[in-house]
Amino acid sequence: MSDSQNGSARGPLVEHSIQSIREGLIAKEFTAAELAEQALAFAEAENPKTNAYLTLSPQRAQAAAREVDRKIAAGADPGALAGVPIAIKDVILTRGVRTTCGSRMLEHYMPPYDATAVERIERAGGIIIGKTNCDEFAMGSSNENSAFGPVRNPVALDRVPGGSSGGSAAAVAQGTALLALGSDTGGSVRQPASFCGVTGVTPTYGRVSRYGLTAFASSLDHIGPFARSVRDAAILLRAIAGRDPCDATSAFAPVPEYPAALTGDIRGIKIGLPTEYFAQLPGETGDLIHRAVDVLKSLGCEVREVSLPHTEYAIATYYIIATAEASSNLARYDGVRYTTRANAETLSGMYRETRGAGFGAECKRRIMLGTYVLSAGYYDAYYLKAQQVRSLISRDFAHAFAEVDAIAAPVSPFPAFKIGEKVDDPVAMYLSDIFTITGDLAGIPCMSVPCGKTAGGLPVGLQILTRHFDETTMFRVAHAYEIAS
Amino acid sequence: MKLTEAEVRHVAELANLGLRDDEIHKMQQDLDGILAHIDKLNEIDTTGVEPMAQVLFDSGEINLRADEERETLGTATAVANAPLTSAGYFKVPKVIER
Repeated sequence: MSDSQNGSARGPLVEHSIQSIREGLIAKEFTAAELAEQALAFAEAENPKTNAYLTLSPQRAQAAAREVDRKIAAGADPGALAGVPIAIKDVILTRGVRTTCGSRMLEHYMPPYDATAVERIERAGGIIIGKTNCDEFAMGSSNENSAFGPVRNPVALDRVPGGSSGGSAAAVAQGTALLALGSDTGGSVRQPASFCGVTGVTPTYGRVSRYGLTAFASSLDHIGPFARSVRDAAILLRAIAGRDPCDATSAFAPVPEYPAALTGDIRGIKIGLPTEYFAQLPGETGDLIHRAVDVLKSLGCEVREVSLPHTEYAIATYYIIATAEASSNLARYDGVRYTTRANAETLSGMYRETRGAGFGAECKRRIMLGTYVLSAGYYDAYYLKAQQVRSLISRDFAHAFAEVDAIAAPVSPFPAFKIGEKVDDPVAMYLSDIFTITGDLAGIPCMSVPCGKTAGGLPVGLQILTRHFDETTMFRVAHAYEIAS
Repeated sequence: MKLTEAEVRHVAELANLGLRDDEIHKMQQDLDGILAHIDKLNEIDTTGVEPMAQVLFDSGEINLRADEERETLGTATAVANAPLTSAGYFKVPKVIER
């Protein structure tokens, strides 16, 4: 089954890069306004097939594009993302552009301010064309938990795009946007990137401000870029990263010029293969990952095995910590402040009815689990225990990075599955995130870069993980692999 | 079952989450499956292991901003998304009975 038979049409941006758009604008081959118009028209025409967008923002896009065109006409620097059409996951706030979090609860919510990452994108000349579909409050691995219907994978429309940032991955894969922002709490950028055949990055925790990212699990939440190339992902991260006074957990660490480090030369870099990950790697995915590792060897990397012995406890740890934090963060949706209210006689009745009607099944499950593990008598047995195991998982990575510079691993044990295939078994769905959740727990930078397709034409992603704040090495390895493969 | 139906109802109460009877029963099964997996953590001895609450980095800088007056959203904007307001306040059903 090839792309052309089963997938969606490919958009006007698939042959572009940030650099080629910049050159085209400066050479007056097209204007930013024309490019935005084209991207918006294609997004609108394609959307019935993929359901990647929940809201398009033509007015905001055109205003930003005119500003870029004005700067170029005046000979001023139009910014690092000049004229680039960018899609934003609908858990990231955009002032005056509806932001639903994929939930009935926020179906009519109009944010009064912009997320810092959104503000920085526009300051760099980026054009925000719309908001992408996602699992409700970013809870899910298939995008089937959106209150507004699942996203279909542009590569194979009967399959999921992955989740929770499925719409952002699909938008970039189909070429309606050149770049997108997603959020990653337990694999939600890397897994959809691998399923849709694009690049997805989860930076170091604190690298990108979370101001304006709807809180799911605050100690695990990251904003991360999607792109069609490693270089473009690096440029987008460079534009949005760095300390923000509005997020106390955002890091002071200086942000390097990532793109300048992408030389293609990665000789001598030590790469670790986690024994525990490769032991449970089936079939075609395993073959493709092994082939990618061979490419890294041929580029002069030293490859050796490393051990991450607490891997098998990561899912249990994650589903305690993430749900505990979520149960607290989602308490704010109570019918008082956020658009949706169910009527009841009493205040507590109004809370219960609003939340019962406004949240979907997966959100309810996680709120219940999180409330349970934090409830009287269970705190030590579950929450404290999970925080201790999180320390052990984080320590595993520290030990590995004493021996190697980067870790290469699979992203998902299998490629994109069929819509509906796994919805009835929440535990099976959770377990499929085993290779991505560990990076979030440790807070280290990690990314997915495409490493080929199965015989059925489904993309597979190679994951690269590095030390805290060493996105540079991660990008170098991924970029060298990308141009060699 | 690790959780009784009464416990599920109690947790829903704590979470202010209105669940129908069929949802309660499904929830009991789902939570049971997840908790059975979570029990795996008991295999590890974590005596003396520091709990990790945050990914914190020693920045060497003080994380507090200057205590200066700043623009705020303003009342009208702050309540604009509320389902029911009155005179710049959030309006809710009566809390105190006479």
